[in-house]
Amino acid sequence: MRRRRRLREKTEELGRAAAIEAELTAIDPADQEDPMPITDDRLRLIFTCCHPALPMDARVALTLRTLGGLTTPEIARAFLVPEPTLAQRLVRAKRKIRAARIPYRVPPVDVLPERLDGVLRVLYLVYNEGYAASSGDALIRFELTGEAIRLARTLVTLLPDEPEAIGLLALMLLHDARRDARTGVGGELILLEDQDRSRWDRARIGEGVALVGQALQAGRPGPYQLQAAIAAVHDAAASPDDTDWRRIVGLYDALARIDASPVVALNRAVAVAMADGPSPGLAIMDGLLAGGALDDYPYLHAARADLLRRLGRWTESSVAYQRALTLTGNASERAFLERRIAEMDRAKRRTDGRAAERRPID
Amino acid sequence: MQYALLIYGEEPGSDVPDDAMAAEMEAYNAFTRHIAERGAYKGGEALQPTAMATTVRVRDGRTLTTDGPFAETKEALGGLYIVEAADLDEAIGYAAMIPGATHGSIEVRPIVDFSAEIAQASAGTPSARSS
Repeated sequence: MRRRRRLREKTEELGRAAAIEAELTAIDPADQEDPMPITDDRLRLIFTCCHPALPMDARVALTLRTLGGLTTPEIARAFLVPEPTLAQRLVRAKRKIRAARIPYRVPPVDVLPERLDGVLRVLYLVYNEGYAASSGDALIRFELTGEAIRLARTLVTLLPDEPEAIGLLALMLLHDARRDARTGVGGELILLEDQDRSRWDRARIGEGVALVGQALQAGRPGPYQLQAAIAAVHDAAASPDDTDWRRIVGLYDALARIDASPVVALNRAVAVAMADGPSPGLAIMDGLLAGGALDDYPYLHAARADLLRRLGRWTESSVAYQRALTLTGNASERAFLERRIAEMDRAKRRTDGRAAERRPID
Repeated sequence: MQYALLIYGEEPGSDVPDDAMAAEMEAYNAFTRHIAERGAYKGGEALQPTAMATTVRVRDGRTLTTDGPFAETKEALGGLYIVEAADLDEAIGYAAMIPGATHGSIEVRPIVDFSAEIAQASAGTPSARSS
């Protein structure tokens, strides 16, 4: 009797393990031409792969491996991790899914919001890695943004009443619309204000704007919806001077109320500088710098450097650009910062030169 | 499947008022009743403070006894529950109901099922794939 019970338990256990293993490995890396079948199974799998009991790096890898069309070597290259390390990460995650019995189902409504936040964060991270990549090769990064958008679309189709999921999809589309205009022929970074806006993808912008509108109608604004709304204001402007900076500051105010992070405060400061001039923006940034939380954040130093440049404070600007340069590993961003440092140093020599010429006369 | 819910938290000092202590005890009793009614309760104990602990090691056949806990940490193990749950989410749900979760932390650890382990070992484990 006892042996029979054990045998039954063993069979059940092995059956469950095999079923999960099959889910995690057998899902065909998507045929790009053939839209993946959207089923409840896929939704369940997203929640399993993004379960908060798994380490974040494993969630990202597992999501890309089982739901995205990426292979293990591709994911390893995208995140600059040795292939065996990534394979090990996946094996450990699958082992934990089995051993701790992480469920394969959509969470019940009482925990759905927090679990959905976790899923959205994974997709956002995948998108950002592809879009803003601090490192890695261009082709793979392009695939990451594509995967993130495709997975967000799936999520929105499956959970059509979640405004933040719609907001995230909109945010990705509105940023992705500028991709071709964002780098020059040599791969160098081109800032928003210098981009050739005729190269923006109008169809993507149209889709993104419509989605933000749809999401905000639910009356439950969240960080992704607000960031998408900000991107939409940028995308709606025919030129940098046409940008409705007041509106952007207002949206950042709303965002800062939900998310009091220093990065949001920095972005708000940039918008304030555009709406009210460099000095008030610089005052906010100096406060952030004194706060210390963003000391290792290259974009704070680069943004500060830019305002100092606009104020003609060349020496301070050059110092801030140099600080940003020591903190960034991305080649096109480094090239941009080096160009700016050279410009500041030339500007400084010109002013010094003029001062020197004047001095004997004075 | 069984999970251990390990309750970690700062150890209460001697200055905790009696009524607060009683309220905490009642909250624990309510939780125990709740999971017992659902048939999920498989055991549970509260531990005396780490000041009462003794740590024992045997090295080279000699028993070394030291005072105090194995590790001096701010948050110490104060008690535990063993629960039966269908999956990790159900166990997490129970962990979140433990009164100590609001001021300390609950570690959820799956318990090894030796009957399944033995059965699997005798059947030969499926080889791990590295994809």
